[in-house]
Amino acid sequence: MDFSLTKEQQMVRKILREFAEKEIAPKAKEIDLTGEFPWDNVKKMAKADMMGIPYPKEYGGAGGDYISYIIAVEEISRACAATGVILSAHTSLACFPIFQWGTKEQKEKYLIPLAKGEKLGAFALTEPNAGTDAAAQQTTAVLEGDHYILNGSKIFITNGGKADVYIVFAMTDKSKGTKGISAFIVEKDFPGFYIGKVEEKMGIRGSRAAELVFEDCVVPKENLLGKEGEGFKIAMVTLDGGRIGIGAQALGIAQAALDEVTKYVKERQQFGRPIGKFQGLQWYIAEMATKVSAARHLVYYAAWRKQNNLSYTMEAAMAKLFASETAMEVTTKAVQIFGGYGYTKDYPVERLMRDAKITEIYEGTSEVQKMVIASNLLKM
Amino acid sequence: MNEYKDIWVFAEQREQRLMNVSLEILGEARKLADKKGVKACAVLVGYGVKGLADELIKYGADVVYVIDNPLLKNYTTEGYAKVIADLVNELKPEVILYGATYIGRDLAPRIASRLHTGLTADCTGLDIDENGLLLQIRPAFGGNLIATIICPERRPQMATVRPGVMKKAPKDEKRKGEIIEIQANIKEGDIRTQIFDIIKEAKSKVNIEEADIIVSGGRGVGGAEGFKLIQQLADALGGVVGASRAAVDAGWISSDHQVGQTGKTVRPKLYVACGISGAIQHIAGMGNAKTIVAINKNPDAPIFKVADYGIVGDLFKVIPALIEEIKRIKNNEMA
Amino acid sequence: MNILVFIKQVPDTNEVKIDPVTKTLIREGVPSIINPDDKNALEEAIRIKEEYGAKVIVITMGPPQAETALREALAMGADEAYLLTDRVFAGADTYATAKTLSKMAKKFDYDIIFCGRQAIDGDTAQVGPQLAEQLNIPQVTYVKEVEIEGDTLIVKRALEDGYEVIKVKMPVLLTAIKELNTPRYPSIKGIFEAYREKEVKIVTAADLGVDPQEVGLKGSPTKVISTTTPETQRAGEIFTGNVKECVQNLVQRLVEKHVI
Repeated sequence: MDFSLTKEQQMVRKILREFAEKEIAPKAKEIDLTGEFPWDNVKKMAKADMMGIPYPKEYGGAGGDYISYIIAVEEISRACAATGVILSAHTSLACFPIFQWGTKEQKEKYLIPLAKGEKLGAFALTEPNAGTDAAAQQTTAVLEGDHYILNGSKIFITNGGKADVYIVFAMTDKSKGTKGISAFIVEKDFPGFYIGKVEEKMGIRGSRAAELVFEDCVVPKENLLGKEGEGFKIAMVTLDGGRIGIGAQALGIAQAALDEVTKYVKERQQFGRPIGKFQGLQWYIAEMATKVSAARHLVYYAAWRKQNNLSYTMEAAMAKLFASETAMEVTTKAVQIFGGYGYTKDYPVERLMRDAKITEIYEGTSEVQKMVIASNLLKM
Repeated sequence: MNEYKDIWVFAEQREQRLMNVSLEILGEARKLADKKGVKACAVLVGYGVKGLADELIKYGADVVYVIDNPLLKNYTTEGYAKVIADLVNELKPEVILYGATYIGRDLAPRIASRLHTGLTADCTGLDIDENGLLLQIRPAFGGNLIATIICPERRPQMATVRPGVMKKAPKDEKRKGEIIEIQANIKEGDIRTQIFDIIKEAKSKVNIEEADIIVSGGRGVGGAEGFKLIQQLADALGGVVGASRAAVDAGWISSDHQVGQTGKTVRPKLYVACGISGAIQHIAGMGNAKTIVAINKNPDAPIFKVADYGIVGDLFKVIPALIEEIKRIKNNEMA
Repeated sequence: MNILVFIKQVPDTNEVKIDPVTKTLIREGVPSIINPDDKNALEEAIRIKEEYGAKVIVITMGPPQAETALREALAMGADEAYLLTDRVFAGADTYATAKTLSKMAKKFDYDIIFCGRQAIDGDTAQVGPQLAEQLNIPQVTYVKEVEIEGDTLIVKRALEDGYEVIKVKMPVLLTAIKELNTPRYPSIKGIFEAYREKEVKIVTAADLGVDPQEVGLKGSPTKVISTTTPETQRAGEIFTGNVKECVQNLVQRLVEKHVI
């Protein structure tokens, strides 16, 4: 048993922290205020080869390991959670299914520019009536000669409208239920593909959550990902990995809040001494630090299992459940410790609290994670 | 080793003007020489610089060695290193001091390496110990430690000395000394670098995150007009202007000057807070400055708690006096 | 073209703290970094490589853990890395350091040697010039711009109040200042390659063929006889009363502390 990061992973953390603190963090507040999509951050991450960390070099990736990728999401999210989810959705949800199920041609055409960061990816599963019940897909795909015709809409799609390449799920055979769902690679310029409503969000405001509309959208037959009917499996396996990424995002947010608190309680004086000298606050901080550490171990453990080709569905769900709830708890406590200041935009903790909330919701709510964990345990 | 005696200083001149630091280290050499009962000598290298020798005598030199040659008109590492190292080999001084300027710090290590002797950089204090050795005192680890260094077995003992630390001896118009002209044994091929051009430029303004010196104004500055005074102090110090949030919110200065939690975090060598009370949000942005100076009317202002130095007073009186005093000191740098 | 870059791993002095009881440096938990000026030196070497084609060889002397600095340099884009590590190298002053490094440099056919101007732990700025002298090559210190024209470099050397433009033939040693460039971040791919595809070669005193008496503490002309901590850590000296006196006292303190 060995809990230490390899030298390589330690270097990844050191460099990414430096990068995130100097290049990403200074703009986080502005991004949150304006809700502008942080293209500049995406370009910088691409330049540093961060958009395809766990994929082989021949497919445009950095040839790294999964834990290094998770560290990247954590460190970027510690600086700017909106940028963190762009990275996570792109790497875990868009690149991964192409890497795992794509043909050689699909990998060359799509994975290489995605992993190099020349293009941005997105994953489109959720529909107005198919959220937690993802199997209730209403978008349809009908084969007509050498292409499929897609009709329907998707909502809350991360990177929607900004991405170049979308992994889109649609029913090819309604009669087969989940076995009738298929996955497609859709380019932003395909005829009949439109961007609908862009959501005004509470947190991670720099990231995009948009509606995708397909009106007789023409998708070439060769853009079917995997086989017909494999879509639901592709979605579920992809989300297992995505959850480790969101766990890492939550972890980064929680760590940022803990760091802010640790600094503040040494500076802020009340009753003639730094507030960190008061036992009440020390207990808060001890609890926060313990939970952050526990979350980190769960997230890294799930990543380690994925890296080592062990089953990780349940571990990923546990990591995401615990890390996101920890992020919510720690950021809420942080606002409390900062008092009135914490409720203002002078300090970043209110932003962290708003950013943290989404981690309990997307890529499977906390309740979904519990369903996954229980069903894996009970096998009923 | 006993044949080495006398204390030398490298009398750095630029465009036939002596650098102030040369007179400062000459003042120190004078003291050390008296303590040891040896001569304090200056080595003056250049072209058409003989006239400066007198000045060096008046500031404490017993002997001035003048190496005057057209090839030495502008400073070059190899030209200056050669003529000085040759002279050291001939006359064997026990100690040589150099000003820690961009030139002194280029030259001294080259000579030390050629003479296979020790060199201590950027000294802030010098003394002679009971065995007659030169004690060389200097800061290390970004000023977190002060080290005392000796060079027991090699000669000469050499050090560069930080400008502004040592005191010049009072100028003595009647002082007599010896001027010895040395024939430079140097030819063009000895100098492998060729100076094309020397450009003078005012230090360009940098953004506050990279500035070494920041003068910041707060609510106490009173208005945009008041920031002109802050700017003047910044100019006098060679620094840039910062501001507290209160000043920025009041519209007296643009937000790119703002230091603090909602502004920029800075870590300059010197931070001068003028009329800034020192709210925690401000201190979060500048608390890591190496040296903090506070000027404020209110003696209970929290800024004084984090300051190294403070002046309690009206900034509209203190700053003009401060500018004057800084200009006086700076004008003395070129003798 | 071969470019040697000499770097040093240093404790991040911004993070250095003093133990209030023992008055010594707390080294524990202080991150080690590539000395900032050395990073500018390395960046410039890599830029020259990218523009003109060159092999960038990075060398450091230090304890075994200095390997991390070399890996980072490899990740930035250096081609080869050498770690001079041996007990007998320990305690070297700048003279002995330059002497040891010169033995290493002589193993290569080099065109340019880059060093940082000075290291943040010692702030001496001496090793570069001392190394150039040991190798009998010209030096340009405080370099803020470099251009290459055939076998000649056109270099801008910073001065207190401006700069000089200097022409010098290779081989030459240059010391870099931060104005020279903005060092890149190592790419993530670069990090993996640095650990998996590149090598850090260990060089001992025996490999260099140096006499142990000539290196390290024994080969150092200077000796540190004592260290103390400066007394004023936010002494909080507050002047009140006569403005002129206050101002004079303040300026005197600032001059003494070398702040101005």
